[in-house]
Parts: sequence; structure tokens; C-alpha cells
Amino acid sequence: MVKRRSFVAGVFLAAAVAFPSLAAERSIVVASTTSTENSGLFGSILPVFEAASGIRVKVVAVGTGQAIKLAKNGDADVLFVHHRPSEEIFVAEGYGVKRFEVMYNDFVLVGPKSDPAGVRGMTDAPAALARIAAAKATFASRGDDSGTHKKELGLWQAAKVDAVAASGQWYRETGSGMGATLNTAAGLGAYALADRGTWISFANKGDLEIMVEGDKRMFNPYGAILVNPAKHKHVKAAEGQAFIDWLVSDAGQKAIADYQLGGLQLFFPNAKKAGS
Amino acid sequence: MDDLAAAFGQAASLLLGFDAELIEIIGLSLRVSFMAVGLAALLGLPLGAAVALYRFPGRTLLGALLNAFMGLPPVVVGLVVYLMLSRAGPLGALGLLFTPGAMILAQCLLVLPIVAALSAQIVADLNEEYNEQLHSFAAGPLQRLATLVWDGRFSLMTAILAGFGRAIAEVGAVMIVGGNIAHSTRVMTTAIALETSKGNLALALGLGIVLIALALAVNFAALALRDAARPRYG
Repeated sequence: MVKRRSFVAGVFLAAAVAFPSLAAERSIVVASTTSTENSGLFGSILPVFEAASGIRVKVVAVGTGQAIKLAKNGDADVLFVHHRPSEEIFVAEGYGVKRFEVMYNDFVLVGPKSDPAGVRGMTDAPAALARIAAAKATFASRGDDSGTHKKELGLWQAAKVDAVAASGQWYRETGSGMGATLNTAAGLGAYALADRGTWISFANKGDLEIMVEGDKRMFNPYGAILVNPAKHKHVKAAEGQAFIDWLVSDAGQKAIADYQLGGLQLFFPNAKKAGS
Repeated sequence: MDDLAAAFGQAASLLLGFDAELIEIIGLSLRVSFMAVGLAALLGLPLGAAVALYRFPGRTLLGALLNAFMGLPPVVVGLVVYLMLSRAGPLGALGLLFTPGAMILAQCLLVLPIVAALSAQIVADLNEEYNEQLHSFAAGPLQRLATLVWDGRFSLMTAILAGFGRAIAEVGAVMIVGGNIAHSTRVMTTAIALETSKGNLALALGLGIVLIALALAVNFAALALRDAARPRYG
């Protein structure tokens, strides 16, 4: 019986060890996209903000569509994503307080070295997509309602091609994140649309190269929005707004510009100055 | 296959280098999975034993459910727990989402049917073996349950280890309810998924090798514990 009691005590001791009391700390949850996390941007700029403010930033990196859903449910304090039309709807519906421009980069169309559709060097993205469709060259789409996916669908629309109708044939919807989709594209020798940040930091490029870039329709702006405390009263409004204020401040903008990989800048700060 | 060879180098340098971030991630993986399995064992062992020993309405159905739920898809469990813990869900006020607590809850739900179904089988076998003895002692139903669980504890450890294997290896549930937040809810499996999506395949596989080594170490430790305890009980 003594043995049994010590066994039970051991279980509770193990439980106590496993559940150390949580130190009180100020923290916010930021719902953001895989592109900002996978490119290493957050890893570079968040320590700067945390040191300056004492506020811990917990990033949940998912597709833009899922990030917006999380924020609507009140499961995040700040939304930091890259699909302006969806962001504007989010604010218009009262879920967000105000959208702040933070930074931008651009999308690139990548494809295999052999370039079966012959699009290398084109600067008209929809025309390049039309050529890929005509050649029935394999294209790997995110297919996950992310910002990149929404952008890609917009470009197909501009190209007047119903790519989704060819889903399962030359058009492959991976239903996963940017990195996973690039892994698939590298494996299949497929074309894919990627944000430049993820592309530069992606380590498994294999045979893939940039085919099309520089079209202004491939512009990729990022916005930050405080989740409306009037909708969800537990939202940490002061801390969340402090983070957004820092992102658009000179210090935050400099931290974003300073993040480089292999001598290449991944994101370009473009916050509006106060009053402008 | 350079990645495959590089992965073993990565695993070795990660372990030998005592990388602070890796230690943190391993610690959280173990904490979450131990807690989940501990809770599942506290609930699942008596539940399984009850299904094995007692006659009550719905017993057959419960047994079948436990068996079927051994194969619950982690991503579905994650989604259900997310909907429960979301601020828009019924338990939202707890503020558990994106914390280790949420991950423990999700893994506990995954592991509970495994522990309960396997212990039901083990206890049913033991009951047959000891039935006459227990009769001769005129053991009451509760006493019978306690005796059989205690006597079968070394066999039941196998059930618990099976549950632990499930918990430490799953990624679908902890990704959704934990959010893979750096220094907060990132565990081995979600770190592997993240490195894979960054294209760091060798590093991802290196982490995978570390995870497998970890699971092996836990199993060895459990076996050693059993062997150390056994002689004293004969």
C-alpha cells in the first residue's frame, strides 16, 4: 500500500514538474502569414521590438485566409497579412480597427530551368500564365486560400484562363504553404508563383529559377490591423497597437529594411508618415 | 541523396552542440506529451478496466468506440479542440488556445482511447487468470479493479508507452491548437514541419532523427524501470 501511495505521489510530482507556473509577461498573439515567418523576417525584427517594449510577440503563421479567420474569432490581437482586398473587408466589417501599410515585396513566377512553356524573361505575368496554360506545362498552385493563392487566381483571371478547370491535370493545387508548394514544384519540375521573400530564403530550389518578375501586378503589400476590442473585449489593444505603432515607426521600418539574406533585401518598408 | 547523409551530420551536431533552442523544443515536446499521457493514463486505465470488468448498459458500444477511436485523425481532434477553445467557442473564456495547455488537451484526447482500449484487453485477460482467487477472497468490484490494475501495471505500461508514441509523434493536432509559436508552443514535430516548408530538408530530417532517438530513450527508460521494479515483487 505504501508503494502504491508513493507511485501516486510520483504521478502528481511529475505533473507538478511538467506544469511550472507561468511567469507573468505581457504578450500578444499575431496572426500572420507563412511568408513572413518562413522568410525569417520575424526572427530578425521581433527581438528588436521585444527588447524595446518588453512585449512578447507570439506569431501564429498560417495562410492569409486562415489568419483572417483566426482574427475574426478573436484568437489573435493583431492581423499582419498580405491581401489588401480581404484586409479592407475585414476592417469594413468591423473586425479590425484600422489598416496600416507596413511594407511590400513582390511575387515572382518561378519554373524549371528547361522552361517548357518558354516564358523566361517575360515581364507580363498574365501573358506568361496564358502561355503556360497553352503549353499545358505543370503549374503548382498553393490552393489554400492564402494571400499568394488569391493573388495567383487574380493573375489567372487577368490572363482569361480557367486554370482551376484543369485541376488535377497540368494545374496542381497542393493545398499547403509556400515552402511546401515550392518543394512540390521542385519535385515536379513545375511553375509556381512565390513571394520573393520566401523564394530567396528557400533552401531546396533544385532546378527552379525565376522566370518572370517586375510586373507591377505582382506587387505584394503587407498590412497590419489591430483586432477590434469592441468585438472581442479580451483583445490586448494597448500592446497590439504598440506593436503596430512600432512597425510603422522609423525604428520598425529600419529593422524591416535591415533584414537581408545573401545581400538581398527581402521586404521594403513603406509605412505612411504620420499626417500624410 | 546528399540530404540523407547530411541529416545524420545535422542530428549529431544538434545533439552534441546542445543547441539552446533545440533543448527548449525537446523540453516542451516531452512536457506536453508526458502530461497528456499522464492524464490519459489516470482516466484511461480505470475506464478500460471498467469496460473489461463490469456489466453496464452501453458497455459493448463503449468498447467498440474506444477501439475505433484508437485511429482518430490528429488533425480532426485538433480542429475540434480549436473550435472548443477559440474565443468564439464554448471554452474560449479560458484563454487556453495557442498555449501548451491546449496541446496537452488535444494529445490527451488522442491518447485516451489507445490507453483505455489496450488496458481493457489486458485487464480482461488478467481477470480470467485471477478470477477464482479473487472469488475466494470475496473481492468487491472496486477492489477487483484496483487489484487487477495494480497487478497488471507492467503490462499496462505497454499501453501507456503506445499512447506516448502516438502523442510525441503527432503533428496535426498540436499545429492547429498550439500554433507552432517560437519559444512558446513549438515542439519537435511542428519544428520539423516548419523546416521542411523552409526547404531545409537535411535539418528537418536531422530533427526527425533526434525525435526518434528521444522516443527510443523514453522506451528504454520505461523498460529499465520495469526491470528494476520487477524482482522486488517477484
